[in-house]
Amino acid sequence: MIRFEKVQKSLGGRQVLDGVDFDIQQGETFVIVGPSGVGKSVTLKHMVRLMTPDQGKVWVGDTCVSEARGDDLRRIRERFGYLFQGGALLAWLNLAENVALPLRENTDASEDEIQERVHRVLEMVGLQADANKQPSEISGGMRKRAGLARAIVGKPEIVLYDEPTSGLDPVTARTIDTLIEQMRRDMGITSVVVTHDMHSALSIGTRIAMLHDGRIVELADPDRFVQSEQPEVKAFLEAQYITRTGGWERKSE
Amino acid sequence: MTVIKEVEYYPPPNNWVGRVGRLAMHACQQTGIATLLLIAAVRSFRHALTSRSRREILGQMYISGIKSLGVITIVALFTGMILALQTGIELRRFNQEVNIGTAVMVSMLREMGPFMTGLILAACVGSAITAQLGTMTISEEIDALEIMSIDPVRFLVMPRLIAMTIMTPLLSFYTCVLGLLGGGLVGMTQLGVSWEAYLDNATRFAEVKDLFVGVLKAVIFGILITVVASHEGFATTRGAVGVGLSTRRSVIVSFLLILITGYIVTRLFY
Repeated sequence: MIRFEKVQKSLGGRQVLDGVDFDIQQGETFVIVGPSGVGKSVTLKHMVRLMTPDQGKVWVGDTCVSEARGDDLRRIRERFGYLFQGGALLAWLNLAENVALPLRENTDASEDEIQERVHRVLEMVGLQADANKQPSEISGGMRKRAGLARAIVGKPEIVLYDEPTSGLDPVTARTIDTLIEQMRRDMGITSVVVTHDMHSALSIGTRIAMLHDGRIVELADPDRFVQSEQPEVKAFLEAQYITRTGGWERKSE
Repeated sequence: MTVIKEVEYYPPPNNWVGRVGRLAMHACQQTGIATLLLIAAVRSFRHALTSRSRREILGQMYISGIKSLGVITIVALFTGMILALQTGIELRRFNQEVNIGTAVMVSMLREMGPFMTGLILAACVGSAITAQLGTMTISEEIDALEIMSIDPVRFLVMPRLIAMTIMTPLLSFYTCVLGLLGGGLVGMTQLGVSWEAYLDNATRFAEVKDLFVGVLKAVIFGILITVVASHEGFATTRGAVGVGLSTRRSVIVSFLLILITGYIVTRLFY
């Protein structure tokens, strides 16, 4: 469904992606992990042409995103929902208006239909009571959930999540994980998740890729991923106290 | 149109020749991107009649026009008063102080009205546009609009451009009227020129061409301020510090362009 072919990208003279290759299947939850600044968000942005590769190609279905323009690009983007790190809600609109924005701007849906869909997705993310609040009046976690509601209100086939659980308390983080898993199961949505959070990656991912020094150094299902012999993967897992069975290990002096 | 955020990277130059060359290249590159932004905004004028756009344009007209009235009123009055006082003091040496009307009227219409209005709008409205769009760029709201297939130029720049193109000449005319009033007040109270004589002198020598040139300048200034401010906003990087730098650059570039364009238009018509 999404294919990266030897994608290279440099930013500010630094090689961020250096020949990234992978293939994402329909209906899976593909998780990209790796240290900060390694190019995880850059990878995500290439999928919707917010960035274009210096070399290599990115395909969505049969269309090369990196060469798409105009209506082709519009059609590709309509297949996507995107949850940004901070929610990226427009500050002058309330939550309901933010969620309704893509429907109002891009569809001929009636106001009643828009209201009904907005109400439904806000209910899904548990924000129906806060529909009239401004983004500045709610917490970071609520902003992320509102961003998620906006990402899925257009019924996309693919949802991209940029650090969906970072900065959230564990309970809210697990709520987001549950929503991602629920959407995959109930609606068949393909998800691509960028995260540092290995607990989250192991619980929702169907496959996990580790990005390091601009390359994919490991790509496996969660069970095999935790047993990887790659030193970068081992270090990353150990730093989050995750054992080679996927369990949790208490560190003592 | 996709907002151009990725510009080509070149390694730092080794010597001053390289630095000068790089600066020139950067200036050309930024001018090109800003021109493309203007073209895209003008092309999106066809969406200006939708109900959301009409609401947004009216909102922006209120922000750029009505909210700037206070400061413009004070600046315009004092500009006229200073013009009248400085000219009047010199003219009094030749018993010609009655001619301050012409001096104030012509200066305000041709130059000072649009110029002062442009500077105030660049400082008040242009900086606000850059700060808002810059913050939206940093917080990925512009990216979010693009993903939702909402053209940021149509959604954000077009209403501001139309509002500023309409409001700048109106405010410039308002500045001229208040400047004339201020000049008259100084004439009456400081120079002993009656209001009737002042007005008669002011209207006798002013031409429609002066008004036309002033309006033309104001329209150009309105467009320049909006395009520069929007371009700087979209080009913002490096968080809150970047927003501050972009806002500063937006005001400086607008000021310089207002001065240079003002001179070019005057030279073309007189």
